[in-house]
Amino acid sequence: MKPIWYFVGLILFVMGLVLFINGVYFLFQGDGKQTALQHLHPDIWWGGLMIIVGLIYIIKNRKVKVD
Amino acid sequence: MHAIGLSFADWLIIAIYFGFIIGIGFYLRKYTKSQDDFFLAGRKNSSWVAGLAFLSANLGALELLGMTGNTYKYGMYVAHFYWIGAIPAMLFLGIYMMPFYYSSKIKSVPGYLKLRFDEKTRVLNGIAFAIMTLLVSGINLYAMALVLHTFLGWNWDLSMWISAITVGIYVTMSGLLSAIFTEIIQFFLIWFGLFLVSILGIVEIGSVHEIFARVPEAFNTLWSTSGDPSQNGMMITWGGIVLGLGFVLSFGYWTTDFLVVQRAFSAKNLRSARMTPILASFFKMAVPFIVILAGLIALVLANDPHSGFALLKDNGQINYDSALPLLIARYYPRGLVGLGVTALLAGFMAGQAGNVSAFNTVWTYDIYKSVINKKASDEHLLWMGRVATVVGVTISLGTAYWAKSFPSIMDYMQAIFSWVNAPLFATMLLGMFVVWITPAGAFWGLIVGMGSSFTLYLAVKFAWISRNFITLSSPASDMAANFWRAWWAWLICFIVTIVISFFTKKKPKEELVGLVKGLTQETVNKDIPFIKRPEFYAIISLVVLVILNVIFW
Repeated sequence: MKPIWYFVGLILFVMGLVLFINGVYFLFQGDGKQTALQHLHPDIWWGGLMIIVGLIYIIKNRKVKVD
Repeated sequence: MHAIGLSFADWLIIAIYFGFIIGIGFYLRKYTKSQDDFFLAGRKNSSWVAGLAFLSANLGALELLGMTGNTYKYGMYVAHFYWIGAIPAMLFLGIYMMPFYYSSKIKSVPGYLKLRFDEKTRVLNGIAFAIMTLLVSGINLYAMALVLHTFLGWNWDLSMWISAITVGIYVTMSGLLSAIFTEIIQFFLIWFGLFLVSILGIVEIGSVHEIFARVPEAFNTLWSTSGDPSQNGMMITWGGIVLGLGFVLSFGYWTTDFLVVQRAFSAKNLRSARMTPILASFFKMAVPFIVILAGLIALVLANDPHSGFALLKDNGQINYDSALPLLIARYYPRGLVGLGVTALLAGFMAGQAGNVSAFNTVWTYDIYKSVINKKASDEHLLWMGRVATVVGVTISLGTAYWAKSFPSIMDYMQAIFSWVNAPLFATMLLGMFVVWITPAGAFWGLIVGMGSSFTLYLAVKFAWISRNFITLSSPASDMAANFWRAWWAWLICFIVTIVISFFTKKKPKEELVGLVKGLTQETVNKDIPFIKRPEFYAIISLVVLVILNVIFW
């Protein structure tokens, strides 16, 4: 079966992608929800970080099989 | 209070998580064919997989909500739970105890008690552990309900029932194997979902130094105020921390609680099993950078009248466990709120899965097969494991309501651990390292130890005796009472076990080979270079522990 690390990469990548796209959308549309430090756009850079980490795990484990 | 509310992006993130978890459950079901697969994940895991699962089984809702809330209540002293209250015990398990556990090929900790002592000691511990697990399991249900209540505004009853049904469906699919998979995914989601709270808190307040500067001294040091209980937030002396938490409660939990030890049993060989708690110790030391920092940030914000930050109140009583959800609501924009909620739900799911998978193993092997149906077939035991999962989740619902009545989750947890784990640690320590301890000594030592701890709890709760009587100091908090009660329970069990062993029949030495130090062949491979041995990594872990304690002294 696929190693657990492959699934870890997959979930981080997919969630990161949603956060990143969502963050970019609200950057241009303006977000109605007021939060502290909103101007830093944490969703964009945090989503980007999750995409990178997720991709590393996916690429490293894409051909690995374990018992 | 109005619910914080979730947007479409938040719901999407939560749906992705549940889709993954259920998908993995189905994916692994075809690999879960035997009882070994269901109860021990096939004994094929590497030390990294077992190590992260070992930590994550403990890193449930309790750690996230409870410890953040407790830091708000007690201050920096809560970090003792992660450092002196965990690391020495985890290293001791890996270096000294794991060879006895792993080499005897047992399926559970009570299983060791049967081999070392006798059937009645095993059943006694099995029953105590099963009850304890269901009580702890209720905490996870309560914690998930708290999250749903805070973010979605659902009422408590509905939240608890939905939580219980979700877990019941999920855990029955593939036992420990899927529990371990979920736990590792949860580990990553917790870091990505919650560490950002600390980062943004530091940015808002200015720096880590500024956070510590704006917290009273009683709340921002580890040891320097421990000489006088009135000078620290936890109202405890260093003696209570070292003896109660650092020794008894910590060793009792990390070395004998089957919930965590079961993960090491799933390792592929002895070296991996020994490395399991040692690797986990490094990650354990890092967890305060999420929960302790978040708790201190909440405290600073709550003390600042301009921040607009305040914890929830239930019936006029401060709900400390609401600190982390409220910080998420403060800092996270749409989408990220979903990630934060998912991290909390993942913590809950993994914690619940851990409790239920440990419960179904102990029930099936140490109570059902041992007492009720000694001739049960493999297929029947696999079926019984799944039935036990459903029953366990149902009983947890009742205990969840009891957990809700405590002022904070951690007070409830430590009370339970001091009844069961503290005396058991005395029994295990004597059993593994002293040859002449007898089955009768272990059995009666455990009974008297658990009985005395529970009696002391009732005596303080109903004011039959003063709390200061057991803490040897005044003032004293609930937590200080828990630590000291654990110490007395351990000491009573230790002494009673030794005294009774003097007068009762010993087991023949040939039956103890492989179970007791001195009668067990050395299993460590001396040909492995020192830098690849578990001992080497244990030393590094200890050095990091000392450095952290000095920095935050």
